Amino acid sequence: MSDLQAFIGDWHALIILVLAGFLPNEVWRMLGLWLGGGIDEEADILVWVRAVATAILAGVIAQILVHPPGALATVPSPLRYGSVLFGVLVFLGFKRSIFAGVACGELMMVGGKYWMG
Amino acid sequence: MALPALDSPRWQGTASAFLYGMRSVTTTILTAVLFATYVGIGALAHDTHFSLFWALLSTALIWAGPAQIILLAALGSGATVIQAALAVGVSGIRLFPMVVSVLPMLRTPETRKRQLILPSHFIAVTLWVECFCLLPMVPRDRRIVFVNGLGTGLVVICLTATWIGYHLAANLPPLFGAAILLLTPLAFLLSTARNCKQPADVVALVLGLALFPVVSWFDTGVDILISGISAGTIAYGVHRWRRR
Repeated sequence: MSDLQAFIGDWHALIILVLAGFLPNEVWRMLGLWLGGGIDEEADILVWVRAVATAILAGVIAQILVHPPGALATVPSPLRYGSVLFGVLVFLGFKRSIFAGVACGELMMVGGKYWMG
Repeated sequence: MALPALDSPRWQGTASAFLYGMRSVTTTILTAVLFATYVGIGALAHDTHFSLFWALLSTALIWAGPAQIILLAALGSGATVIQAALAVGVSGIRLFPMVVSVLPMLRTPETRKRQLILPSHFIAVTLWVECFCLLPMVPRDRRIVFVNGLGTGLVVICLTATWIGYHLAANLPPLFGAAILLLTPLAFLLSTARNCKQPADVVALVLGLALFPVVSWFDTGVDILISGISAGTIAYGVHRWRRR
């Protein structure tokens, strides 16, 4: 296999990327562009859409924690949940600093995993 | 780096407005989080045996970290194309209200819809958060160009990170891989929490987190959709009830 072939890979996989990755994701942006123009920013329906979007994002976050992909699966679940909880507590305690929360959550996970060997 | 004043002549050139947008990627810590996340996505793509071109194309076309992680995790675990598309599609719903809320800040009476296609594509959590911070400092007729510059800058950084992660994958200690994958839920949770303005947003976030594990126990295939719509609708109910 030439370098170029290795770089591009299998055509099937690229078609799957477009069908299962690009289109189902991009459709929401384009719907927002085509339908959103007429929606008043203060409209009540937008409060519902925003709440559902926030809750879905929360579900996506929970999914990565509950069914972790790749290397994250090697971290025991109490440590995964504990690290995120610690990050949230630091975030709430330190003037809502995203950086402080992310850094402390990560430190707890890495430290905990290292300590357990 | 500070942006010029709103009435400064330095905003007049299209190219300079684009460059100001591009340079604004350096103003936020979220860029560093995004970089690390995409190193992780590159490594995950390598470990799931996709090509480098596939990984780079997924960053440029999908341009949403969680969707890319979900797609890789689904395909890697042997899910069908339809199951993967469904999981990605559900995670993408959040982009709809983001686009709807950003576009009014970009639009002028002369703006055509096709000029907004590229800015809409760039919208994801990071750019959405940055738009609310930066756009008030940008003259209205330069905002589309500015967002295109900002989006291009972020995409270039993330393509680089994807490339680095893909090549590093074999040499990354598993602990590092785990730390990078934890970044997405942590950073998303905290940046969403900071964007919560009304009690309804907080209810939606907390209930959405709590309901997912319950619903996923039934393993319906559309767990996120069910928990998301339920939690979101309850949060909306709280909003209506409080206003009465």
